[in-house]
Amino acid sequence: MPYDNQRAYDRLIFELSSPGRLAFSLPESDVPVEPALAKVPEAYRRREPAALPEVSELDVVRHYSRLSQMNYGVDTHFYPLGSCTMKYNPKINEDMARLSGFGRLHPLAPEALSQGALQLMHDLAAMLAEIAGMDAVSLQPAAGAQGELAGVLMIRAYHEARGEKRTKVLIPDSAHGTNPASTALAGYEVIEVKSDAEGRVELGDLEAHLGPDVAAFMITVPNTLGNFEPRVMEIGELCHARGAQVYMDGANLNAILGLTRPGDLGFDVCHFNLHKTFTTPHGGGGPGSGPVGVKAHLEPFLPVPVIAKREQSYVLDWKRPQSIGKLQAFWGNFGMHVRAYTYIRTMGADGLRAVSENAVLNANYIMKRLEGHYDVAAPGPCMHECVLSARRQKKLGVSAMDVAKRLLDLGFYAPSTYFPLIVEEALMIEPTETESKETLDAFCEAMIRIAKEAETDPSAIHQAPVTTPVRRLDQTKAAREPNLRWRAKV
Amino acid sequence: MRYLPNTPQNQRAMLDTIGVRTVEDLLTRIPAKARLSRPLALLPALAESDLIRHMRSLAARDADADTFTCFLGGGAYDHYVPSPINHMVLRGEYLTAYTPYQPEASQGTLRTIYEYQTMIAELTGMDVANASIYDGASSLAEAVLMAHAINGRHELALAGGVNPLYRRVVETYVDGPGLKLRDVPSPEGVLDRDAARRVVGGKTAALVVQSPNFYGCLEDVAAAAELAHAAGALLVVVSDPVNLGVLEAPGRQGADIVVGEGQGLGVPLSFGGPYLGVFAAKNEFVRRMPGRLVGATVDLDGSRGFALTLQTREQHIRRAKATSNICTNVALCALMATIYMATLGQRGLVRVGELSMAKAHYAAERLTAVPGVSLRFAQPFFKEFTLKLPKSPERVAAKLARQSILAGLPLKTLDRKLGDCLLVAVTEKRTREEIDAFADALAKAVA
Repeated sequence: MPYDNQRAYDRLIFELSSPGRLAFSLPESDVPVEPALAKVPEAYRRREPAALPEVSELDVVRHYSRLSQMNYGVDTHFYPLGSCTMKYNPKINEDMARLSGFGRLHPLAPEALSQGALQLMHDLAAMLAEIAGMDAVSLQPAAGAQGELAGVLMIRAYHEARGEKRTKVLIPDSAHGTNPASTALAGYEVIEVKSDAEGRVELGDLEAHLGPDVAAFMITVPNTLGNFEPRVMEIGELCHARGAQVYMDGANLNAILGLTRPGDLGFDVCHFNLHKTFTTPHGGGGPGSGPVGVKAHLEPFLPVPVIAKREQSYVLDWKRPQSIGKLQAFWGNFGMHVRAYTYIRTMGADGLRAVSENAVLNANYIMKRLEGHYDVAAPGPCMHECVLSARRQKKLGVSAMDVAKRLLDLGFYAPSTYFPLIVEEALMIEPTETESKETLDAFCEAMIRIAKEAETDPSAIHQAPVTTPVRRLDQTKAAREPNLRWRAKV
Repeated sequence: MRYLPNTPQNQRAMLDTIGVRTVEDLLTRIPAKARLSRPLALLPALAESDLIRHMRSLAARDADADTFTCFLGGGAYDHYVPSPINHMVLRGEYLTAYTPYQPEASQGTLRTIYEYQTMIAELTGMDVANASIYDGASSLAEAVLMAHAINGRHELALAGGVNPLYRRVVETYVDGPGLKLRDVPSPEGVLDRDAARRVVGGKTAALVVQSPNFYGCLEDVAAAAELAHAAGALLVVVSDPVNLGVLEAPGRQGADIVVGEGQGLGVPLSFGGPYLGVFAAKNEFVRRMPGRLVGATVDLDGSRGFALTLQTREQHIRRAKATSNICTNVALCALMATIYMATLGQRGLVRVGELSMAKAHYAAERLTAVPGVSLRFAQPFFKEFTLKLPKSPERVAAKLARQSILAGLPLKTLDRKLGDCLLVAVTEKRTREEIDAFADALAKAVA
């Protein structure tokens, strides 16, 4: 039997451990250790050593290299995960985030000695405000959900400052789960508004719920079916007439750069996902960055500190008595700000507009090529993503999940499945602008092949995937008998 | 444009397939009056070499920890980062993947998170750890919300030594649920137990202590646990995991939930983020935990595999009733920490702790030998301590900065009572020579 290199290193790091091995390099102490030890009471010192692995540096490198090969990423595969904007993450962004003046800057360094970083944040906020048509932007939220929390808290503070007590927030049933979760955390009752079959807000239902106790309406534009809500401005006017604010979930901003702006559409607040629209890498599930933009009337409530320009220097402005407070210990996910800034300065205005035009073109091309083979959730044209339904295949015994698993074998990551919740057997496909026609064609051919297999040999699809490092996993076992950490066998 | 592969020919062919003349024909649903009729007012696009020049000129205005000797702490520390970490996290298979919703094509990320959960649980002495929260402060906010969800009580008691920046984040998060924050003073630098007994009672969801606390002092966590539990409250401990090679695991001192900032575990300083919110708890609370969890299971062939689990807690399933609104966390920072902990191992972490502690004590001795300079609190400390200075800490720090020394954090803006104090942190990276130079410069600055 030949040596199975992969098997050797895809064990867990704990299983590679061998007592006595070292992977670190630390100097001998150049100051005495004993006097310090004597000053830290024994009761405060660790009694049992932590059972961490003992490996060599090469063990570390081979193990984590091997594990990486068990992933699909944008660098290796087409990743049409709807609503996540899995576009190419430029390499120059990574280099810039690693410049010493950024990557090795302590957050509490004196302001006078952090002027480069503060200027970058100040200018990035201004660029995002221009892109969204907002008056001010805070970069502090760590991800979209924290941006939502900040936005809804600002809306609450705004109403309260006007002496109004409003207790409800309206959210369409097609929304991302974070919308209701963030809103509930901000202390509001969440009321679901119905969507019609094409994912548009049912105006009658909205109006029926839009009472004097409603603080805000929160909506994703384009909506989660990938369509632009044509009546979005009327909706905003209706809400404003009843004293409610309108919040735009910016998850789908990649569709509208340079074409239209949330502020011009009538929104009071919107958040950005720098890890979607502005090419900061998704990292296997973060870190993201979720700046929040507001119109002038909400500016007093922005999180502290605000990065302000005073004459020729940049400062952290803490004196904001109406602020909703802080969301992170420091100033936001600065490393992501550097990457987003790099991207916007790379693209310029024309480049960003071309991003959205090509994203829309690519999504419509996929929808057109697949509409004869899968049901389309809502008639097009779509914006930057399209939602298909596998309900036709489901009748043959092939679900959206089966389609997704089969795609993995055919060399593609899967679309988002079962979202939005209002579409049966949903397959949400977002190609992004960074994919070529050749890749889109190959993907469409794979999807068509699966549709045909569903008719001829559905049971084979149930076996998929077979080319991945593991096959379908027993999720029920994972939830019923939670095994959340490794333990040595005794 | 190098990131946009569609050529005009490609675009023409695609438009023909779609059956429209131009891309504009696809945008007709956008209300005409909201269409942007001018280009976005952004600075012109830069070619890569010009952009690099521009970025370098910005970065050159910052006092980074490569060119300055860094004694700053307060929640972020200049610890040693082993070289393999950066090489591994730059692998595109980690960097450009997303949340492992398709586990078969995400085993790399899932396995590293499972390893991470194991190591954090082991270090903190807790049963389970989640896949991470945004940062230490938001982890603490999630912990107090979880305590409230567990026992239904509406008050929180925060020890005075909790990082004031964390306190402000907690304040923001508990505003919606309407929880009340009550501060327990720490006039001697650590939790005043008599004051704590007056504050912690039948309405208290959790008592929060940080050790070492913001001032650097070590708290008696076991005594705090006893005090909290006597009132039926939970004990939440804020802990810096990089210290736990030497300091006792909070789980062995009675903590119910342990949170903290994991930046010291190989995550770059990066002006405050992205960082790593550590979150660990007792097993009985696992179904109340916020954030993602990875579990081991088996595949169709019976082989071991890993998947996200207990997802019914989360927002994409439970929506308004989820345990937290968190979705994206900080998987890549958790990967950095995993590789850090694998590289250091138990002996490495003990060395990091011992070296930091030894150098901090040496620095405290040298600095307090300067006339007029003293330790503000007579408490045991670890790698950080609060100095009382005879002159304005802001001015002293500015003077030392001119000699490329980041002397520490003047505390006036964060704690008005400590306007004459400077918070100094010393990691294993500081040398005796650097500490001596700091002491000499301080002597001149306060003379």
